[in-house]
Amino acid sequence: MSFWEYVGNRHAQLLTDTYQHASAVFQCMVIATVLGVVLGVLTYRSDWAGSLATTTTATILTIPSLALIGLLIPVVGLGVAPTVIALTLYGLLPIVRNAIVGLRGVDPALVDAAKGIGMSRAARLFRVELPLAWPPILTGIRVATQMLMGIAAIAAYASGPGLGNEIFRGIASLGSANALNQVLSGTVGIVILALLFDAVYVLIGRLTIPRGIRA
Amino acid sequence: MPETPGTSNGTDSGTAGARAVSGAGIQLENLTKIYPGSPGPAVDNVNMEIKAGELVIFVGPSGCGKSTTLKMINRLIEPTSGRIRIGDEDVTDIDPVKLRRKVGYAIQQSGLFPHMTVAQNIALVPKMIGWPKAKIGSRVEEMLDLVGLDPGEFHGRYPRQLSGGQQQRVGVARALAADPPVLLMDEPFGAVDPITRDHLQDELIRLQHELRKTICFVTHDFDEAIKLGDRIAILRERSHIAQFDTPEAILTNPTDDFVSGFVGAGAALKRLNLTRVRDVGVVDFPTAGMDDPLESIVALLRSGPTNEVLLLDPNRRPYKWLRRGDLSRAKGTLARAGTLVHDTVTRDATLRDALEAVLTDSAGRVAVTGRRGEYIGVVDMETLMNNVHELLEADRLEAAAQEPEPDEQDRPDQQDRPGGSGADGAQGGTA
Repeated sequence: MSFWEYVGNRHAQLLTDTYQHASAVFQCMVIATVLGVVLGVLTYRSDWAGSLATTTTATILTIPSLALIGLLIPVVGLGVAPTVIALTLYGLLPIVRNAIVGLRGVDPALVDAAKGIGMSRAARLFRVELPLAWPPILTGIRVATQMLMGIAAIAAYASGPGLGNEIFRGIASLGSANALNQVLSGTVGIVILALLFDAVYVLIGRLTIPRGIRA
Repeated sequence: MPETPGTSNGTDSGTAGARAVSGAGIQLENLTKIYPGSPGPAVDNVNMEIKAGELVIFVGPSGCGKSTTLKMINRLIEPTSGRIRIGDEDVTDIDPVKLRRKVGYAIQQSGLFPHMTVAQNIALVPKMIGWPKAKIGSRVEEMLDLVGLDPGEFHGRYPRQLSGGQQQRVGVARALAADPPVLLMDEPFGAVDPITRDHLQDELIRLQHELRKTICFVTHDFDEAIKLGDRIAILRERSHIAQFDTPEAILTNPTDDFVSGFVGAGAALKRLNLTRVRDVGVVDFPTAGMDDPLESIVALLRSGPTNEVLLLDPNRRPYKWLRRGDLSRAKGTLARAGTLVHDTVTRDATLRDALEAVLTDSAGRVAVTGRRGEYIGVVDMETLMNNVHELLEADRLEAAAQEPEPDEQDRPDQQDRPGGSGADGAQGGTA
């Protein structure tokens, strides 16, 4: 069976897997973004807290994904839970780091001006600092998404959702007729998803970065 | 400044054309800032009374604490001890966010938020204090107009699409948007080129003449201080006040070596910047129209006190200087006779500009013109010399008359405060 015949035959299953893959990455990215930005906001003012947050998230990233998921299974069981936890943890580092760098990079004179014209602490954060730090934060989100696309495939090892199932099935039946097609369709699907997400981020950037600070 | 020497207090003199004072007085009492971990105070026991509607300059060498003192007024830096009073309200302990919304703040390099348009930047404070939308919209246009930017053109621009000078104007517009009685300016013109700075200073003078806010202005440029200030506070280290007085008094009567060192050389020349041509007399000069018959011009030259007449063009603008000698070579037509007028000064020019023009003129005089360039009179070396002598003499007399009194900032209280800004610090025993 050729690759295209395989895709034609199995398109229903492939679409479900693709959808679940995208959905898992998307949801984990939302959680990681919220957590990452909050962590960044909480720690950027202090030298040691900032380094602590960056180092911790960097350490998590060095754990091989297969090992992390393997470690999570005895704790939270199989399925969705270990997938979501692992993906969220891996997504944190680029976002936290870019949030801290972005917030620290805001011109202190502007923060001073914001204070001077009577903005409260919250107004300063939401109306001045975060909007100005948004371009680097968005870059962090973009990098994290690309990374999660690949890592999400490993989640199938813990019976998680997504295109990883396709790849793992192929690897398990190496030598059989459809093994290569299975691995290939899973991989190509992930690459296409990654490209689609990236296109969406370009669009989001266009829509959310104010014209005054767009590069 | 449009004030004539001798009336040092512009708010009391009721200068013609000036609007009602909209500012509020500021009093600093024993204001001190000690940074934790530093041996001495950064600002040590500053006492100062700034009258409503006055433009006061803090000037001093870098690191003298002038900026720190300014930032304590809106409590960007919290004072370690001492009281701050604005109008008749003690603001030392009120919510700093609320305080800052009532105090305009303009800084170097404008501090405009790059992600907001010009209009959004200006609208920030009115929005925070809850003005209705329509009022904010019209206020933004009004403020742009006030600082000399076309609202239609600049409304929707982002700060990076503006020149440095334009950004600074928008910065001032933003600071004034909610009509605060007090405006703090921290070296606002420090980062623009000299020509733009000069324009911005002129604009500020005009603005202040219209608005009569109470303005505290920090600079390290003494010439800027002289140009702008109603009064100048010369600060030395730890914000100690070396002298707090009018520019005239500081120039003619510096209290000590520190002040005279800071004033620098050429105090008499700097004094010339403070007086305008319209404040001193101009002399009349025989004039004739350029189309007048030759005979009448000859007759004028014969009968006149000088051997020279000034020819005016049909719009009465100075056109040519004509000497008796030129006439003999004229051969019936004036077309080639005389020397063209190449330099004039307006009535608003400073005496320094006038002196410059007189010095560069071969015959040592320069024509003074009105608003549309029409002839008004002539200034020559002799009038200038006499005027400067009189000015300096008057300054000296005034300084001598004030001598026995203690310094402004040490005077207990009871200055007659204009603008009805109420209670003085006499009852301020809360500290």
